[in-house]
Amino acid sequence: MSRMQNVVIDSVKTVLGWVPERWLPGGTPDPLIMRRGAVGRQVSRLDGPIKVGGQARFAAEVAMENMCYASLLHSPITRGRMRHLDTSAAEAAPGVILVMTHRNMPRLDIIPLVSVTNLGAVGASALPIMQDTEIRYNGQVVALVLAETQEQADHAASLIQIDYETAGARTHFEAAKATARTPASVLIEKNHTVVGNAEYELAQSPFQVDNIYRTPGHNHNAIELHAVTVAWDGDTLEVHDASQMISGSAAALAKLFGLKKEQVRVLSPFVGGGFGGKGMWDHQVVAVAAARIAGRPVRLVLSRDGVYRIVGGRTPTEQRVALAADAGGNLTALIHTGHSVMPPYSACPEQYTLTGRALYRSKSYAFVQHHLDLDIVPNTYMRAPGESVGTFALESAIDELAHEMGIDPIELRLRNEPETHPLSGTPFSQRALVQAYREGAERFGWARRQATPGTQRDGEWLIGMGCATGSFPYARMPGASASIRLTREGRAIVSCSAQDMGMGTSTVQIQHAADRLGLPMEAIVFEMGDSALPTTPMAGGSSQTVSIAAAIAAAAEKLSGELLRLAGNSSPLAGLRAGEVRMIDQKLVSIEDPSRTESFQQILARASRDEISVSAAGSAPLEMLKFAMHSLSANFCEVRVSEVTGEVRVSRMLGSFDCGAILNPKTATSQFKGGMIMGIGLALTEETLFDERSGRIMNATLADYHIPSHLDVPDIDVMWTGVPDPRSPLGARGIGEIGITGVAAAIANAVFNATGRRVRDLPITLDKLL
Amino acid sequence: MAIRINGNEVAIPDDPRVSLADLLREQLHLTGTKIGCNQGACGACTVLIDGERVLSCLTLAVQADGRAVTTIEGLSSEGSPHPLQSAFIEHDGFQCGYCTPGQICAAAAMLRGVADGMPSYVTADLGERAILSPEEVRERMSGNLCRCGAHNGIVEAILQVAKEDVA
Repeated sequence: MSRMQNVVIDSVKTVLGWVPERWLPGGTPDPLIMRRGAVGRQVSRLDGPIKVGGQARFAAEVAMENMCYASLLHSPITRGRMRHLDTSAAEAAPGVILVMTHRNMPRLDIIPLVSVTNLGAVGASALPIMQDTEIRYNGQVVALVLAETQEQADHAASLIQIDYETAGARTHFEAAKATARTPASVLIEKNHTVVGNAEYELAQSPFQVDNIYRTPGHNHNAIELHAVTVAWDGDTLEVHDASQMISGSAAALAKLFGLKKEQVRVLSPFVGGGFGGKGMWDHQVVAVAAARIAGRPVRLVLSRDGVYRIVGGRTPTEQRVALAADAGGNLTALIHTGHSVMPPYSACPEQYTLTGRALYRSKSYAFVQHHLDLDIVPNTYMRAPGESVGTFALESAIDELAHEMGIDPIELRLRNEPETHPLSGTPFSQRALVQAYREGAERFGWARRQATPGTQRDGEWLIGMGCATGSFPYARMPGASASIRLTREGRAIVSCSAQDMGMGTSTVQIQHAADRLGLPMEAIVFEMGDSALPTTPMAGGSSQTVSIAAAIAAAAEKLSGELLRLAGNSSPLAGLRAGEVRMIDQKLVSIEDPSRTESFQQILARASRDEISVSAAGSAPLEMLKFAMHSLSANFCEVRVSEVTGEVRVSRMLGSFDCGAILNPKTATSQFKGGMIMGIGLALTEETLFDERSGRIMNATLADYHIPSHLDVPDIDVMWTGVPDPRSPLGARGIGEIGITGVAAAIANAVFNATGRRVRDLPITLDKLL
Repeated sequence: MAIRINGNEVAIPDDPRVSLADLLREQLHLTGTKIGCNQGACGACTVLIDGERVLSCLTLAVQADGRAVTTIEGLSSEGSPHPLQSAFIEHDGFQCGYCTPGQICAAAAMLRGVADGMPSYVTADLGERAILSPEEVRERMSGNLCRCGAHNGIVEAILQVAKEDVA
């Protein structure tokens, strides 16, 4: 996050600007974009039968001989130190094997934080783990108890006596502004960015809005609790984790415990929801340490309360958005600034100003984010970090400006649609937001909306419609690799350490591999979820599908080359190179002369080979620096607001997406809807209640933190342009996070349309409408 | 003292603190039953006791003495899946699959409750047998949380099975 980083990235972008497109990855579109077989089909997720049957084994469900159970004790104070610690009663309790505190915890280094400049890193916290008596945030792990059963461990943990000496803690958002930090960069973007004189334009323009928007903290609340089952065998370590970052976790644990990478194996074939929360936190580390001391396998499952205490969530934000326009509805100023909490020991800058940098043409711009340093559990990435809450502010403001000007809010957006990236002038790889809006508005029946708020009613219920744009940047991570083993029987085993927290990773990559390798889907086995397999980056930033696709494409290209080499001079393919053939119908076929062909089986049989194996890494993702690439959406929603109670019901929602090619309509629909439903929670119910007096989270339960339930979720309609992105593998962009973006604004805008009340402070609870 | 679990007699655990969920998961390795909160807020641990849905994390194993427990593993019969299991796949009624066994067990008991004439909070006419509208399904399934957002698929799957039952 340094000035140096800004310089380096700017230089690379500048150089890439001079490089011809065809020299870069994505310079020529992926041939599979035009040649669809399994990709694009409605395929039910292939792990469905074992999931509905209860046979899918999650991290806490791996059985081991001689296993014992861990229970954690969390600090009830926010800052201070343990003055006196008495573990004797716990140690004497029935079944207890070990009580671990800072006294007997091995001395360990800090885990490097997840970062754009250190892509292998996985740390979510840069604080020491159980190394000293100091308490740095409320809920910090202070002790671990191992016992023969969970019941014994939980009881013994309750017997540990700690006398705390409290110290002053920083827990007030407002007070922390006095010492706010302004980082040089936000992820790979320069933080403080100014074009023209936005404040001047704001003052001079005939129309302007200038308001403060607030969003509270949020927790991921994956239904699966964070859990590990850990076993040491001599100096090798096996960790069954619920992880979105398998390879990186294995590397981090190896470094932390002084092992070689191959001595650590992290397995995570099924993850019960992640949303950014299933990373490397303190619980894996203390479980591994305790298992080593005890010399026995250990299972540690966090309590739900424990997840809130030691796994951070989305940070609260306070954002200013000011917009101005001339009489023709052309934006003259776009200002997006604000404060969010990010202590120096956390990794996520909650990049809420990124959306405004890429969405609208404007005469002037000003962006800057300030970080507040509070004594809290380190905040982290949660579904569409930045964009989810940033679009709430920006897209509410657009609606407010449209109302001020008496223009339809869609029309205002379309008038300010940029031709190229509005700040850098970089060309878009593909952008069909206008089409998404036109088609979405038609299907939703936007024309029936009454522009004057508060004019539609059904008994006590006021009815309104709203819309908002969603946006999420494309990312493909460097360093993804995959291996392919092709057998003489015509089967292919495709392997990489990929993660699946429910996105349908294996289903979609099997579809992809079938087309890439010219095999039926039934002939593909996809191995994943294991750090012993070729390394792939974390599942984050909606980047995994294209990252793995590029690795499989590279491996397939290498496989073609190997097959051609084996085919030799007596083959009809003799003399051809890898780039000159395709794999179709279990054969290699010359692109130029399709009559020159030979089956995989013939080639392998003639070479007396049972199988052939290759592995390769995907190309460097330079397309994301050469082009402006974003998944986009037009969100529409209808709400009913009770005039009596202030209750808001979302009665209809439509998401119209522009995310490149859709690889599996069935699983993609679920990803889109899943994001939109989390957006309903963001808009109406979700809030991590933080007690600024004590520094403690007050609603650390699923009963008190309200995620949408069945009754909160209407039938949701989704559609997409489906226009392939010519610069990305398979023509696809990310679909995992875009769904939540824009939804909170669409709902807030609909509430305004229904009631005339503008709520700029999420969640929109009943009290704010009475 | 014994519990009949998926047709097999199982002894009551010695430690009276053991919940039914922990008995299933840790002692019997029937890990299809999930734990998401351990306090009755999420529904992931839903199993059937004598055909009724119960939160197994809030049920002590001893409380199930002499009763018949059916878990997700016992819902399919002789290798062929329960219609709800197939319908959940068909309608993509899950993503990560963690809340799924609880959703399916809850739905199975809920459909039986509807068939027995049990009304819900949204049933308009308590004198008449409830018609299983999408709204009825949502109300009756709201004790089962899903964070991936598979709600639409879950409701569609349940309605499809309900329709086939009637047909």
